[in-house]
Amino acid sequence: MSRKEIDQATGTETTGHEWDGITELNTPLPRWWLWVLYACIVWAVGYWILYPAWPTLTGYTPGILGQSQRDDVAQAMLQLKSSREAQGRLLASATLQQIEADPNLLQFAREAGKSAFGDNCATCHGSGAQGFKGYPNLNDDIWLWGGTLDDIKHTIQVGVRSTHPDARQSQMPAFGRDALLEPKQIADLTEYVVSLSGGKADAAAVARAEPLFKEQCAACHGDDAKGKREFGSPNLTDREWLYGGTKADIQAQIVNGRGGVMPTWGSRLDPMTIDALAVYVHSLGGGE
Amino acid sequence: MQPAPSNAEFRLDLFAVPAVLVSFLLLGFFVAAKTPDPLMALQAWTFMAGIGVALFWLVQHYKNGIPDDDRSAYANDIVKAGVIASMFWGIAGMLVGVIIALQLAFPTIFYFPDFPFTNFGRLRPLHTSAVVFAFGGNVLIATSFYVVQRTSKARLAGGLWPWFVFWGYQTFILVAGTGYLIGVTQGREYAEPEWYMDLWLTLVWVTYLLVFLGTLWKRKEPHIYVANWFYLAFIVTVAMLHIVNNLAVPVSWLGIKSYSAFAGVQDALTQWWYGHNAVGFFLTAGFLAIMYYFIPKQAQRPVYSYRLSIVHFWSLIFIYIWAGPHHLHYTALPVWAQTLGMTFSIMLWMPSWGGMINGLMTLSGAWDKLRTDPILRMLVVSVAFYGMSTFEGPVMSIKAVNALSHYTDWTIGHVHSGALGWVGFVSFGALYCLTPWLWKRQRLYSMSLVEWHFGISTIGIVFYITSMWVSGIMQGLMWRAYNDFGFLEYSFVETVEAMHPYYIIRAFGGLLYLTGTLIMAYNLWRTIRGDVRASEPLALGPQMTPQLATA
Repeated sequence: MSRKEIDQATGTETTGHEWDGITELNTPLPRWWLWVLYACIVWAVGYWILYPAWPTLTGYTPGILGQSQRDDVAQAMLQLKSSREAQGRLLASATLQQIEADPNLLQFAREAGKSAFGDNCATCHGSGAQGFKGYPNLNDDIWLWGGTLDDIKHTIQVGVRSTHPDARQSQMPAFGRDALLEPKQIADLTEYVVSLSGGKADAAAVARAEPLFKEQCAACHGDDAKGKREFGSPNLTDREWLYGGTKADIQAQIVNGRGGVMPTWGSRLDPMTIDALAVYVHSLGGGE
Repeated sequence: MQPAPSNAEFRLDLFAVPAVLVSFLLLGFFVAAKTPDPLMALQAWTFMAGIGVALFWLVQHYKNGIPDDDRSAYANDIVKAGVIASMFWGIAGMLVGVIIALQLAFPTIFYFPDFPFTNFGRLRPLHTSAVVFAFGGNVLIATSFYVVQRTSKARLAGGLWPWFVFWGYQTFILVAGTGYLIGVTQGREYAEPEWYMDLWLTLVWVTYLLVFLGTLWKRKEPHIYVANWFYLAFIVTVAMLHIVNNLAVPVSWLGIKSYSAFAGVQDALTQWWYGHNAVGFFLTAGFLAIMYYFIPKQAQRPVYSYRLSIVHFWSLIFIYIWAGPHHLHYTALPVWAQTLGMTFSIMLWMPSWGGMINGLMTLSGAWDKLRTDPILRMLVVSVAFYGMSTFEGPVMSIKAVNALSHYTDWTIGHVHSGALGWVGFVSFGALYCLTPWLWKRQRLYSMSLVEWHFGISTIGIVFYITSMWVSGIMQGLMWRAYNDFGFLEYSFVETVEAMHPYYIIRAFGGLLYLTGTLIMAYNLWRTIRGDVRASEPLALGPQMTPQLATA
């Protein structure tokens, strides 16, 4: 089988082996290939000498540069912190009102707040803070729990219906699900609530529901149905709806009494970030 | 040549294989009947369906006595079955790829909460496993069975046992794939099947190894051809990787859930030792074996350098196995392990390129054939993509580059230049060669359809990888951008929004690639039927040499 031949096209000798018609040339290793391979090996050995590389019985070879990934991260974090430090210290010592009064500090707080908002708040409130069904819009001037700087900061700190002991709490009863009212009464109440904001409603049902509203709803929403901040109850006379404003949406809310949860951020974000967030949200357009 | 076995000869395999299959059918039935878990019952019934098809095929194949294929010098029917299975799984896997690319591009349109099996989280492993293991695996098994016989001048060892490998592997794909859809996964990337399917695959794979070794053992050639070194390295190493990475304790013998034998960062490192070497030994070594047979065969030229094949083979398999930790840069993995992963990845560059040089330079003296033979062109372009990916890989393993590229679409682009360009094209080239050889056709149904396939799919790859480069680098830069005040410039969702146009381009590229594959399937199907396209008479264009030693 072993017949070494010279290949016509390349002038190279074959190895003399043949498999299913395939032969092999005995071309030497390309020099450039070999030298690049050696260079890569030399580079690797050099890297091992400089940096942590090989495990030993008790640890690993540290390398003569003594590099540590933990130290690198710690230093990078420190550097980042120090880049914010001067402004950050001012921010921490100023009141929220002072921050808003100082254009430099306000810009810094807004940048910090925007960055924190994007990664913590936008998931529910939207990247433009425009809100979604069930998640309040933070750009308008409707505030369930108050829209002053201090109100907003407090809401961020304790959250809504969160695990925080001082969380903003409100609970609308599930009038339908818990059978507190008859379906007929709920239907009447729905007509009534629709009529409050000038919607088209059945006049007879509205009249029937009026005493029912006073009895069941006014305690929280107020006799004028304009809502009460101390209870976090929404105004029912405007045309803004957290859970939707169609007749079906309103009825569903009376039946189920939904209420969303906002986590407490006091234990997750540092005080400076919370201040910055309060200023950022306040400055979005609806701050009081 | 092997003497053809006579009809009267007693063949143990004809009893042993059906006995094993029936035993597993009964085991499947037992599990289906006893398990309290409806998912496990569904998995067991699916398994029984796979085994049932295998038994049905067996009866059909042998009901009129020993078929001719069992008496021929080389087993061909099993390679034919592998070609068909490869085409089937290739189309399925690429179709799922296009679907999930569309889900990423248009998440609100292609989102069906009422049908949980359509969720991206379930379809993504279905796509990766289908293209890598179902398509790629079938191509590897089919070509290895073809090549080892020809280059050893020996019939496939084990009689019916190769068919056990074939049907056992299809059953594995079926049960694993449907498992992903119903939510059965152990959450290890590219190793999602749960413990019972891992055990089944081990059995199938060890049988594969024995069939391959047995054939080499019987060989009539003094030396083992280089393609077979690569096949053997692929089969042995994948067995080792599969077994170690899947070491786990099942919660119960009748349930799907198991817990890994490793924990924490050791678990992560084991997984990426497996994951990276699945790329190294499944997608590189295995397909290099294909290259080493089909390129010299189709170019009708000697392999460029025997010496290079030896040096790059041994350096490749020695160095590859160390490179896994580069998947865990800047994590809890100790920094020394990251260093080793990175430096071995750099040293891997030339061993990988040795294969490229040998593939490309084999065309010395035959470069003109690239103009006329689209099959050879496909094979050669695959080697070019191989060279590009195996340069890009070491670059991305450098920590400073990885700090930018890790977790971004750049990784996806890198994987696909290897998967679509290298693995896909070298497989297509091999299938285009095998089909007329096996079915004894003078030529493919149409060579111009091969040209179309080549053109459309190449453009698809270019769209895919360039969009992912841009998207990935942009994503990495946006993640790390700080403004003048020391705060992150972009929120996460803004980076997602910015990727939207590139996701559309990627889906389009994938669609083109799938289109090319469908053209190929049509061409192969017409070839198998024995058709020749009327506008391309046989006298025109390159002829395919029938390769069957004996018929």
